[in-house]
Amino acid sequence: MTDSAASATKPMVVAERVVKSFGSHTVLRDISLTVNRGEVVCVIGPSGSGKSTFLRCINHLEKLDGGRIVVDDSLIGYRQRGDKIYELKPKEAAEQRKDIGMVFQRFNLFPHLTVLENIIEAPTQVKRQSKDAATARAMELLARVGLAEKAKAYPASLSGGQQQRVAIARALAMDPKLMLFDEPTSALDPELVGEVLDVMKQLAKDGMTMIVVTHEMGFAREVADSLIFMDGGVVVESGDPREVLSNPQHDRTKAFLSKVL
Amino acid sequence: MSTTRSARHEVPGAADQPEPIKAIPLRHPIRNIFAVIIILVVAAFIWDAATNRPTYDWPAVGKYLFDQRVSAAALVTIELTVLAMVGAILLGTLIAVMRLSPNPVLKGVAWVYLWIFRGTPVYVQLVFWGLLATIYKTITVGVPFTEPWATWTTQDAISVFWLAVIGLALNEAAYMAEIVRAGILSVDPGQTEASTALGMSWAQSMIRIILPQSMRVIIPPTGNEVISMLKTTSLVTAVPLSTELYTRTRDISAETFNPIPLLIVASIWYLFFTSILMTGQFFLERRFARGTRFVDVGPGTPTDVPTAPVASSTPAAHPNKGDGS
Repeated sequence: MTDSAASATKPMVVAERVVKSFGSHTVLRDISLTVNRGEVVCVIGPSGSGKSTFLRCINHLEKLDGGRIVVDDSLIGYRQRGDKIYELKPKEAAEQRKDIGMVFQRFNLFPHLTVLENIIEAPTQVKRQSKDAATARAMELLARVGLAEKAKAYPASLSGGQQQRVAIARALAMDPKLMLFDEPTSALDPELVGEVLDVMKQLAKDGMTMIVVTHEMGFAREVADSLIFMDGGVVVESGDPREVLSNPQHDRTKAFLSKVL
Repeated sequence: MSTTRSARHEVPGAADQPEPIKAIPLRHPIRNIFAVIIILVVAAFIWDAATNRPTYDWPAVGKYLFDQRVSAAALVTIELTVLAMVGAILLGTLIAVMRLSPNPVLKGVAWVYLWIFRGTPVYVQLVFWGLLATIYKTITVGVPFTEPWATWTTQDAISVFWLAVIGLALNEAAYMAEIVRAGILSVDPGQTEASTALGMSWAQSMIRIILPQSMRVIIPPTGNEVISMLKTTSLVTAVPLSTELYTRTRDISAETFNPIPLLIVASIWYLFFTSILMTGQFFLERRFARGTRFVDVGPGTPTDVPTAPVASSTPAAHPNKGDGS
């Protein structure tokens, strides 16, 4: 269950009563969630349910309208002094983001840079690592995702699965404490999904804390420590993935699962 | 599945490829007739121009084409073009970035700049720059209400040539700003998201990620602007700068009372420069097409060639390496 991974340490992510609207449209109504260190949480739900928006709130790509998100003891996007909350400067927000890796549905690799340059870009520019050190680390990560021989290739020459593995390596190069995956396999041809999931499984095994928005129920069942079903901007149901998937309690969960399973 | 079908392909050897189609190509009789007519008309025009029109005065064209005054003026024209465009590209990029920045003050300044410099004719602007020394007689550097550090008379500080460069550059910057802005907006927003998520600042992601990718969209219209600028330099007579190509050839013809050959001389020089610029644009476009095709673009990126995944097809062997323009 959720508690199994909760060692004595504090949780990695705590979201409390998160609210987010775009104009008059409220996407997240009241989301609370705790992710412990080393835990893998999968988020499922119909499109438009706010899964991706919630993920983007965690690294402050979207500003919250209500509630708070704390990652590794720091309040995301704000600083609290006494009972006043101050907005962070862009620089401070960037500082928080570099510890949170993110993998996108559409990969978002930098097409004008080679695979290697994609990976060393942020470590050299943001963390001011030397090019040699960053390159050595990048090659190590590329080997880990099985793409060492593609270092000098441009993203356009890679398959979708390969691009997504590079995107994972690029995020890992910043040595993040937390990895966010926003439907990482949804844009892939079916036969390429496996290679990306394998990399993610290995990552989970290595103890990375991960929040994964996905439609891959098999992955959720096998890897996740906890599963969250979101619909209409609220968490409808959560718990052990095998439990939720095989014995859903809410009608909405049942309806959704009957369509995707 | 159907065994009868597969039986027909019993010997699928590598050498046994399907036979290519040997069809008689479609004929284009109308096309050919038009081509012949056009060739005849052009030939008639050239023959007529060469033999029948003394006002063209071809010997004079030959005489003045490499006249030292004309080639010196051509050099001034190219200097004006290059300096004004460099200034315009730098300033235009700055204004475009300002317009897209989250800062409302910068946005407003950029908008007003565009409004003024795009909203008035370049000729009028050049006349204004020519009057700079009349309006502002001295240039003073220092802190207001204190003893100035240095003072120059405007006339001595800025030559007519530099006034022309400034006038052309500031006007062109307004147009370049819109081109650069279009280029920036053409880049997938996912790129900004990815760089932001990696902890890059707005400036870092703009300079390292967005602007390089926007180049593919920026370069073709910029090439257009350079060529346009080459010809706009003929307006600097408004400043008045009289050493560039058009004004100089016109001044010569004022002495010889023979304007037509000198117009032809100026046109030949403009065409010559335009041809060079178009060639340069071709290579620039190829350079910034990096990463958009499966095959490497070649000499521009020497380090990438050896290990590129499809490096076996060398750039030279690649048939459509020049699909840039």
